[in-house]
Amino acid sequence: MWRFIGFRTLQAIPVIFVVITVTFFLVRAAPGGPFDDEKAVSPQVQAALEAQYRLDLPMHEQYFAYLADLLRGDMGPSFNYPGRSVDELIFQGLPITAELGFYALLVAVGIGVLSGVIASLRPNTVQDYVPMSLAMIGICMPSFLLGPLMVLVFGIWLDWLPVSGWDQSSGDKVLPSITLGAMYAAYIARLSRSGMLEVMSQDYLRTARAKGLPERVVVIKHALRAGLLPVISYLGPAFAGLLSGSFVVETIFQIPGLGRFYVQAAFNRDYTMILGTTTFLATLIVVFNLLSDFLAAWLNPRLRYQFQKGK
Amino acid sequence: MALLNVEDLKVYFHTRNGVVKAVDGISFSVDRGETFAIIGESGSGKSVACYSMLGLIPKPPGRIEGGSARFNDQDLLTLSESQLRKVRGKGISIIFQDPMTSLNPFLKIGEQLIEPLLLHTDMSRKQAWQKATELLLEVGIKDAEKRMNAWPFEFSGGMRQRVMIAMALITEPDIIIADEPTTALDVTVQAQILKLLKELQVRRNIGVIFISHDLSVVADIADNIAVMQQGKIVEQGSRDSIFKEASHPYTQKLLAAVPDSEKVPTALDGEQAIVEVQDLCVYFGSEKHGNQVRAVDKVSLRVERGEILGLVGESGSGKSTLGRAILRLVNPSHGKILFEGQDITELKAAQLKPLRRHMQMIFQDPYASLNPRMTVYDTLAEPLLLHNIANKKTLDAEVFKLMDSVGLARENVLRYPHEFSGGQRQRIAIGRAVATKPNFIVADEPVSALDVTIQAQILDLLLELVERFDLTMLFVSHDLGVVRYLSDRILVMKHGELVEAGTAHDIFSNPQQDYTRSLLEAIPGKSLLLGEVGSVGGPDR
Repeated sequence: MWRFIGFRTLQAIPVIFVVITVTFFLVRAAPGGPFDDEKAVSPQVQAALEAQYRLDLPMHEQYFAYLADLLRGDMGPSFNYPGRSVDELIFQGLPITAELGFYALLVAVGIGVLSGVIASLRPNTVQDYVPMSLAMIGICMPSFLLGPLMVLVFGIWLDWLPVSGWDQSSGDKVLPSITLGAMYAAYIARLSRSGMLEVMSQDYLRTARAKGLPERVVVIKHALRAGLLPVISYLGPAFAGLLSGSFVVETIFQIPGLGRFYVQAAFNRDYTMILGTTTFLATLIVVFNLLSDFLAAWLNPRLRYQFQKGK
Repeated sequence: MALLNVEDLKVYFHTRNGVVKAVDGISFSVDRGETFAIIGESGSGKSVACYSMLGLIPKPPGRIEGGSARFNDQDLLTLSESQLRKVRGKGISIIFQDPMTSLNPFLKIGEQLIEPLLLHTDMSRKQAWQKATELLLEVGIKDAEKRMNAWPFEFSGGMRQRVMIAMALITEPDIIIADEPTTALDVTVQAQILKLLKELQVRRNIGVIFISHDLSVVADIADNIAVMQQGKIVEQGSRDSIFKEASHPYTQKLLAAVPDSEKVPTALDGEQAIVEVQDLCVYFGSEKHGNQVRAVDKVSLRVERGEILGLVGESGSGKSTLGRAILRLVNPSHGKILFEGQDITELKAAQLKPLRRHMQMIFQDPYASLNPRMTVYDTLAEPLLLHNIANKKTLDAEVFKLMDSVGLARENVLRYPHEFSGGQRQRIAIGRAVATKPNFIVADEPVSALDVTIQAQILDLLLELVERFDLTMLFVSHDLGVVRYLSDRILVMKHGELVEAGTAHDIFSNPQQDYTRSLLEAIPGKSLLLGEVGSVGGPDR
């Protein structure tokens, strides 16, 4: 198991490296530059700006200088927010995005697992069709449609919840969390349904029933753990996806999170900011994928046994 | 009155394609200390009959249409689900077929063992744990205290079945339903488990309903036998009366299906051997990491042209690996393989290709070894085209010829594997193997996934094909009865090494090695095989 962990971690490094390299050259290959919007500036000022951001160096030197900085944990100064570094901006937005992502994950797991398990108990009946049809709708509905819809119904017509902001009025975290989590809830519902259905047909559940155990115990004690393994492996990618995919929701609900910096950076050709956020999010995705793989492996008694024996 | 009295039990399945009468009016009774065997092929309704009494069949589509099952003064068929739960695991418990899948892989053995006790008795967790530990010892698991904390995967198949037996016995039920409890096990382990079951039954004076597809398994342990076919009991009686005076044609067919004859060895002309293996070794893992497994260890053998060479051994003895290594499906670690006098040990895949048409393999599980998305036509046509045996014009005719020779009806040519029964699928697999008109076939347990009567048909088909196409065959099996029926010579394998070789007759009448003797001892119903029924009784009589 240690070897497994070490091997998987080593595998992740080239992935991140490739992401950095590709992004670095792609943003520079895209038409336009960071200072195109400025009013005509004198050639001296232009040169000074380019020198400050190292844009006057040959491409490969820029690249290696950036990598060297990155190794020291320095993602460079932002082009768009003069005087502020990319690190600073990311760590300003991250806590908010992480909090939003966490609540959305709770929504996703809570609703998803519950409806998936309920559906799996009576397959091909109303109890199955209703939650699964809702899940289908949830998967198909993009958040830029669901968000405004929720705002319209719960914020304006019913006037139950605030329609925007973050941490400014009570309840303003509810709608964004649900909007962001809904799609993932739908996917988790389908995952847990199929996982449970597969387990429900296993011989050892028949053994459990033959002991005289009530159905509730059969499901919770004997089926759930194996049935939810696919969900657990999915949690990592889901959380990473929530973090990187939150910019639509952040825009709809006016939330000052990471996602908005990301989008603005792309519009402004803020090279270092695009690179910084991309690298950061790619690392997060890789790390969470690894973590959920390790967790799923840990939940498999056979692998854990080898782990404890130090093999 | 008997312990369990089943009268006119009817269980139907209402499917989209109509009503399936899975159990159609069967009656039987089981008493204390009695072993009642229900024999029938898969799909004959024997398991459904037993499970339906305990409410363990899926409803819908299953429905109990009538009858009664009286147990302890109550009719099981009229009980509510919660009343039935008190019978399940307490009054009647079940030992399932496959111990590899019937234990929850996510819970420790001890946890699973004490579950029925905590549910059905007032015992504390500690007392239950104590009792389970004692019972594990009783079913022959050493070091029980430690093993209570082990995971199911830490046990071998036979040991798991002992755990299953302990689990069924732990609440001291009146009746145990043993549903093919040894079908998934090796012969020697099977013999141990059957003996254990019989001992426990006598000691505790319980009733056992023993479900099996194989008459020979119950020959030594059953008191009474019912033979089921298509949901009905076609014949019922004491063990001796069934074996001696069976009148129903189906029972006679089952009895005839037990491969009880010995093949008269084919005369060989003694020319060059078709396959010669010298000091062949196949190792898995590596010595450096200390996990090396010597699956095949310094094996030398000759397969003479035209013979059927039987290779027997328990699972894990390396017999399948040896078969595969000879065909170069597994790469040998050392040694030499000569095919038709040519050294093929070091040949590359491309060099092997022209030889492949002359050496083929038939696999154990016809469910897994056929591509589910290919019709019979596709499956059979593929090797014909690959090896340029047929061209577009002759292809149809060749495929039909193949189907005829393996006994598949021509109108099935466009069907997919899932539309066939196990026996028919194995016919398809055999057709695929003989399509290229090979000289040499390795058959790896080709009948062990099949019902006995089907088994007999497939064995006869193999014999016929060997005759017709001048085949030479290496027949790998754990079943000595089958090997004896088919083989000219027999090799016995243990822990990767050949321990004994001889003609079928020599091996059976005069085994030289203890291991071979123990294999022979373990053949279920060997009394039947050797024609001694009636002279040997079960251990309790």
